[in-house]
Amino acid sequence: MRIGVFICHCGKNIAGVVDVKELVERASKLKDVVYATDYVYLCSEPGQKEIQEKIEELELTHVVIAACSPKMHATTFARAVKGVGLNPYLLEIANIREHCSWVHHDKPEIATEKAFRLIKAAVAKVRLAEPLEPIKVPLTRKVLVIGGGIAGIRTALDIANGGFEVYLVERTPSLGGHMAQLSETFPTLDCSACILTPLMVEAAHHKNIHVITYAEVKNIKGIIGNFKVTIEKKPRYVIPEKCTGCGDCMDVCPVIVPNEFDQGLGARKAIYVPFPQAVPLVYTLDLENCLNTQKLVVCEQCYKACGPRAINYLMEPQEIEIEVGAVVIATGFDLLPIENLKEYGGGKYPDVVTGLEFERLLSASGPTGGVVRRPSDGKIPKRVVFIQCAGSRDPEHGCPYCSKICCMYTAKQALLYKHVVPDGEAYVFFIDVRAAGKRYEEFVQRVMGEERIVYLRGKVSKVFQREDKLVVWGADTISGMAVEIEADMVVLAPAVVPSKGTADLAKLLKVSVDEFGFLSEVHPKLRPVESVSPGVYLAGAAQAPKDISETAAQASAAASKVLSLLSQKEATLEPIVAHVDKELCIGCGLCWKACPFKAITMVREEKREGKKRRRYAKVEEAVCQGCGVCMAICEKKAINVAGFTYDQLSAQVKALLEDE
Amino acid sequence: MRLVLKRQDDLLKKVEEISGENVFACYQCGKCSAGCPMSTEMDLLPNQVIRLLQLGANEQLLDCRTIWLCASCFTCTARCPKGVSLTRLMEGVRLVLLRTTKEDQVSPKEMEKEFLPQVALISALRKFTT
Repeated sequence: MRIGVFICHCGKNIAGVVDVKELVERASKLKDVVYATDYVYLCSEPGQKEIQEKIEELELTHVVIAACSPKMHATTFARAVKGVGLNPYLLEIANIREHCSWVHHDKPEIATEKAFRLIKAAVAKVRLAEPLEPIKVPLTRKVLVIGGGIAGIRTALDIANGGFEVYLVERTPSLGGHMAQLSETFPTLDCSACILTPLMVEAAHHKNIHVITYAEVKNIKGIIGNFKVTIEKKPRYVIPEKCTGCGDCMDVCPVIVPNEFDQGLGARKAIYVPFPQAVPLVYTLDLENCLNTQKLVVCEQCYKACGPRAINYLMEPQEIEIEVGAVVIATGFDLLPIENLKEYGGGKYPDVVTGLEFERLLSASGPTGGVVRRPSDGKIPKRVVFIQCAGSRDPEHGCPYCSKICCMYTAKQALLYKHVVPDGEAYVFFIDVRAAGKRYEEFVQRVMGEERIVYLRGKVSKVFQREDKLVVWGADTISGMAVEIEADMVVLAPAVVPSKGTADLAKLLKVSVDEFGFLSEVHPKLRPVESVSPGVYLAGAAQAPKDISETAAQASAAASKVLSLLSQKEATLEPIVAHVDKELCIGCGLCWKACPFKAITMVREEKREGKKRRRYAKVEEAVCQGCGVCMAICEKKAINVAGFTYDQLSAQVKALLEDE
Repeated sequence: MRLVLKRQDDLLKKVEEISGENVFACYQCGKCSAGCPMSTEMDLLPNQVIRLLQLGANEQLLDCRTIWLCASCFTCTARCPKGVSLTRLMEGVRLVLLRTTKEDQVSPKEMEKEFLPQVALISALRKFTT
């Protein structure tokens, strides 16, 4: 065994704290270490070359690299050692940056000692390492995209244009998502529907895209390359193949309920399309609000009015099973319920509305036909107060993050309001205006300068009613004055939160979420559209608040990741999976119960002469994620994760703890 | 005291008309105040003068000493990132006040007490009297 130890300075990140020369000296005396050296940037091209040359020159059999976190450069170094024929699993990384020099920058001596121990532990572990080969599994060349908003549509189109089949699943009756609800988009003031609906139609007519609306993903099993998906199509009570979208049913329907698409500000019938440009243009009967139940038909006006006889009150939910090789989650966002914003009268005063509701009031196809009317009495508001950061950047409301889109859409809404109510006054309360995007800052400056919108720097403390006005109490911290505005209407920009159901979906796909419920990427810079679950990709606001431009870019990025996966012959998996020692296994089934990925099955041995057939655990390598829960629970040490065996880990811990 | 905000743009309009400047082009970065050689003597910072114009806080604005302490040195104008001439706006506010109140801010008698070059004397009379 000939181990080489390479210690990285990482400029001053490591070498500025830790004494690397001392590390080299001490590491070279460790058992089986034949060579130790330091280098200013090991991740650089010459740094990698240095490692490669030494492996060849000194015939190194194992390598330890003491540098940054393996999350950062494990793949870089694995590629480097593989380049000269060394199995990458005979490489161990000691993290002496994040785990040492960064956190102990004020105690260089102790940091040097800790760095040495980390290296010593890595050497102890790598001495027991075995070469491993990646696991290859077959690949189904189809993709599931969950969410039919702009993120899902963009992803689906890009993948479909690459020649692969896509299932695009949407929960509501139409594609479009929130973007379809918007009036105009910033900073170009393009009509939102005008730029979105062509994409919706393109997706619906694409030969490689199966659009499945009014449906939800019920279950997903399997792993990258081979997911088995169960989709439940909710009953529309209208046969899509027969419906022509003429609307005769809607005309005769006697039931009127609030339209979700208009955020409840407009009305729809019990049989409806959410908006005129809906895709597919198929009516949906909302049986919860219909006079009929599935058992009792008391009103059949729509049935009678329907020429092609498309209505069927007895329709049942339908389950579809599909197989795909990759999944893209594009489930988007919701707004923080304004009932959570009591100090602003959210949920209490009808004229305190959300930004999304105001979009509907501004929209030419909205409930007021683009004339801004306040919900309480239909009057045109002459003085409107916009409140940004309503719940965002506010740890007390559970959203310490910036919702990112509000500065821009508020500016846009203030501008559009001034265009439709030229004699109106608009005030915007902000704590910072964050307009970091192409032409965004210019847009905001235009709103301030040309539209003469009064921007007040400060958060509003309270909104209350005085006769038919809403009194807003805020402050302007620039002038240092407390201010009061008697407004006709208040528009909140509530915090952006993950859409309903994201948490359940994340659980189903074993994708981790952050503390606010947004889906986590593997690394924000190195792997920004991949989830921690292999084969599952992220697009749009389900990952973090983002605007349409950014969403479209990320959606295309996710599509390109999917395309590069599907363009391979087979899917490649990490061989860091559990292996069972059949001799030691007593077949107790503890690991089988504990496995969170259901990768373990209990099987019986083949028949043995004169002996009882023993039961033992068997690991499905393609399903195993190498988490090690089985290993922790096994009483007989019979199950080991490759690359992280008991022996390796205990050698590592011992080396860490023992004094020289 | 809580300032009640509503459109009171008579003063604002006059000041903008006289100065030819757009008060709302100012985004309140404070660079004018940062470089003003007189700012330490002022009761309101120069950017706050614009702020009060933007808010329509006319009473507070017309009460302040800042507009009279402004030396019209043009430092703020030269440095403003948005190209707003605060110097012109200050002049606008002064002119509105002088025209409406008819109150002179300096008297020749007071000025005689200390030595002033002729040019300063005349310009001060032009700037501070009706």
